[in-house]
Amino acid sequence: MSLESRRSFIKKAGATGLTFWLGLSYVKGASAPVISTAKSLTPFIKIDASGITIFNPNPEMGQGSYQAVASMIAEELEVSLDQITIKNTSGEKEFGAGQWAGGSSTVREGYLTYRKIGASAKEMLVKAASQTWGVSPESCTAKEGKVLHAATNRSLKYEELAEAASLVEIPKEPKLKDPKDFKMLGKAVKRPDIPLKVTGKAEFGIDADVPGMLYSSVERCPVIGGTLKSFDASAAIKVPGVVKVVSAERVIGKYSSTGVAVIAKTYWAAIQGRKALKIDWDTKGFETFNSSDYENKLRALSKEEGILDKQKGSVDLPVNQVVESFYETPMVAHHPLEPMNCTVQVKGKKVEIWTSTQVPVSVTGPGMMGSMPAILGINPEDITLHAGFIGGGFGRRLYFDYIVEAINVAKQVDSPVKVVWSREDTTTQGPFRPMTFSKMTGGLSEKNQLVSFQHKVISPGFMDSAMPNWDKTKLDSMMTEGISSQEYDIPNMKNSFVFADYHVPMAAWRSVTSSTLAFAHECFIDELAHKAQKDPLDFRIDLQSTNTDTKRVLKKLREITNWDKPLPAGKARGVAQWDFFAGLSAQAVEVSLAKNGAVSVDKVYVVIDLGTVVNPDNVKAQVEGAVLMALSAAIHPAITLKNGVVEQKNFDTTPVTRMSEAPEVIVEIITEGTKIKGVGEPGLPPFAPALGNAIFALTKKRLRKLPLEIEFV
Amino acid sequence: MKTIELSINQKVHRIEVDPEMPLLWAIRDIVGLKGTKFGCGQGLCGACTVQLDGQAIRSCQTPVGSITAKQKITTIEGTSRLEKIVQAAWIEHQVPQCGYCQSGQIMSATALLKSNPKPTETDIENYMSGNICRCGTYARIKSAIQTAAKNASKTVKS
Repeated sequence: MSLESRRSFIKKAGATGLTFWLGLSYVKGASAPVISTAKSLTPFIKIDASGITIFNPNPEMGQGSYQAVASMIAEELEVSLDQITIKNTSGEKEFGAGQWAGGSSTVREGYLTYRKIGASAKEMLVKAASQTWGVSPESCTAKEGKVLHAATNRSLKYEELAEAASLVEIPKEPKLKDPKDFKMLGKAVKRPDIPLKVTGKAEFGIDADVPGMLYSSVERCPVIGGTLKSFDASAAIKVPGVVKVVSAERVIGKYSSTGVAVIAKTYWAAIQGRKALKIDWDTKGFETFNSSDYENKLRALSKEEGILDKQKGSVDLPVNQVVESFYETPMVAHHPLEPMNCTVQVKGKKVEIWTSTQVPVSVTGPGMMGSMPAILGINPEDITLHAGFIGGGFGRRLYFDYIVEAINVAKQVDSPVKVVWSREDTTTQGPFRPMTFSKMTGGLSEKNQLVSFQHKVISPGFMDSAMPNWDKTKLDSMMTEGISSQEYDIPNMKNSFVFADYHVPMAAWRSVTSSTLAFAHECFIDELAHKAQKDPLDFRIDLQSTNTDTKRVLKKLREITNWDKPLPAGKARGVAQWDFFAGLSAQAVEVSLAKNGAVSVDKVYVVIDLGTVVNPDNVKAQVEGAVLMALSAAIHPAITLKNGVVEQKNFDTTPVTRMSEAPEVIVEIITEGTKIKGVGEPGLPPFAPALGNAIFALTKKRLRKLPLEIEFV
Repeated sequence: MKTIELSINQKVHRIEVDPEMPLLWAIRDIVGLKGTKFGCGQGLCGACTVQLDGQAIRSCQTPVGSITAKQKITTIEGTSRLEKIVQAAWIEHQVPQCGYCQSGQIMSATALLKSNPKPTETDIENYMSGNICRCGTYARIKSAIQTAAKNASKTVKS
């Protein structure tokens, strides 16, 4: 930043008091901070007379970014977490493109950037103090929010140095701390959001309370793909408390559909009004759609050649033994416990929004998941967002369809309106994790070496769901995620993708397509190991030709499970690993047979590979959660459509893991990885295949379909 | 519409509502205590759990007109001795992730400890299995309840 622009900025900041903002533009994936111009200033640290504030641009949805971001900055700034105020950002322009949460990216992509932001500010504060005292910066130290000059026993608080520090040039390459001196990073520091969450004080999107607020419940076409033809609100408007009934469009990716919103003085009245609506839907032929027919279509499409994902050697060479299998996985819903909701006030051109979102940046302008203002034809400058704590994201809140719809409702009334989806709305309206079917082919040599491997994915596509003009003959690489990047050294390989047309909105679900493809891939590796008469864990280790991260992780798993020690009779275990964009983990699942013949999932061992760890206790929590989410999807009914309508409505028909079902989860963290890897998602993909493989070891039944068709305790 | 008196956290609120309205919405939207959460609307997830005379109830399934002014409602914003011990145990074990279900979990756990001060692991599983945590914090909830039970008995002795 030039001195000129800095001064003009300080002048601006000065209007709100004595303020020091550190401006470093946060560039996603950047390894070094980019010194910004005033125009793209992205301040993450604010120091003024009232104290030190650190801004968290990665929305907190349970993954721990609220602490992680603050810790990475505070560690280098030399302040403790109880000396600072943490604020979540809300898509404000000055905080830049990184304002979103997903892809296990907060630490994976931000580790060095956030530390450099803290380190730069510390150097500037030290320099300001040294200039004040007329001593060398080297003779000063920063500690606990103060700069000290030991020789003369002088000290100044950061708050006192803020103004002078704002005039110091931003260091281009701030010196980072030696990890051995870390006070917070790598340690199980208590999360500062937790006291708010155990006292009911944490404000989630649904807790927005705007004076004069009305409430709305929206009836949407039960047949997915259908939309509004006409409606009769004459009975609804007579329900006491109902104020107005309007139609409102919801847009998600290439899909749009119009529903009927009942606006009332209380949410209860809105629900009663909604029940009294008479609606004629245009179901566009989708009213005859059944998931079972679509599954048959996917099976038939598996005979097609498909679009190439990756090829190596030749899979047409003769082999001693060919093994073929077909795996099937279903759609599932995200089930965040906070139902979809959004509160909006429209005043003229101005739109003010209160909600829970994983993509504040896209709600206020162009960003990670596109631009909501562009879809609505609103000037980004006219949008103000208040982003709350998120009551569960899991990918669902990467999509802003519920915000678009709420704005379309609020446009038609003078008061602010809170639109709250019921649980049934949240479950039945999508978007969903896509189903993937997998045709697997393997070839073993005479010496039982795995010499060829093919994974063909048959599924609908994310890109087709997201974009109206997606070229369906192109590879949708999100649908083949991970299948060509496992560290198995197999000389001949061919992976491909067959696109299947669909009309249901698709969404990333924690660990995205790895959550289904790993099941097919890693169960099939297990099948090959058994065909080759090898131990399934050693088979995987032996397929690593070099010292890969995967090899280290599998060896650690071998060690912590006492792999060579046989389990007692009636118990068995299975293993799987998965290496994908978010990170790497390997798991062993222990199962046993209960008296009634049902399978009991007893214990899960997880090794997760990270290049570094910010909070080991939080890593454990994330892995425990990922395993239980994978368990839900592996054993409980999925989402299916009958006559175009989602059959499951609430937690009775699409259950999630409850306490009585939860197995013991043992987590081992490795930090010697070759790069910084993610935390939130990698604990998920290996679970379902490890469970399937354990069930095979226990019962000799090879289950190739999710949810697993066997009785569980 | 009817005038109803609710005693919430030892404070009396007079509200004008449809007596059929679930207690959940009266607490959140009329009285304005947002710590109690809406999860499923069918009594399946436990996010809306509050205590009525010390017993855990699902406020989404309880019509506000069915409650009398003499009955004592406690929400997460209430601050009983036992509740504070439970909250401290929740912090010690770093239970919450997203945190949305935790008000309900804590209200259920406190009600459990009131009726069963020394629950076994099976008691905890049986009692708490009505409360869903989508983030999967169950192991920590179990440990926190055991810690709270221990600390509550200590406090009583001293």
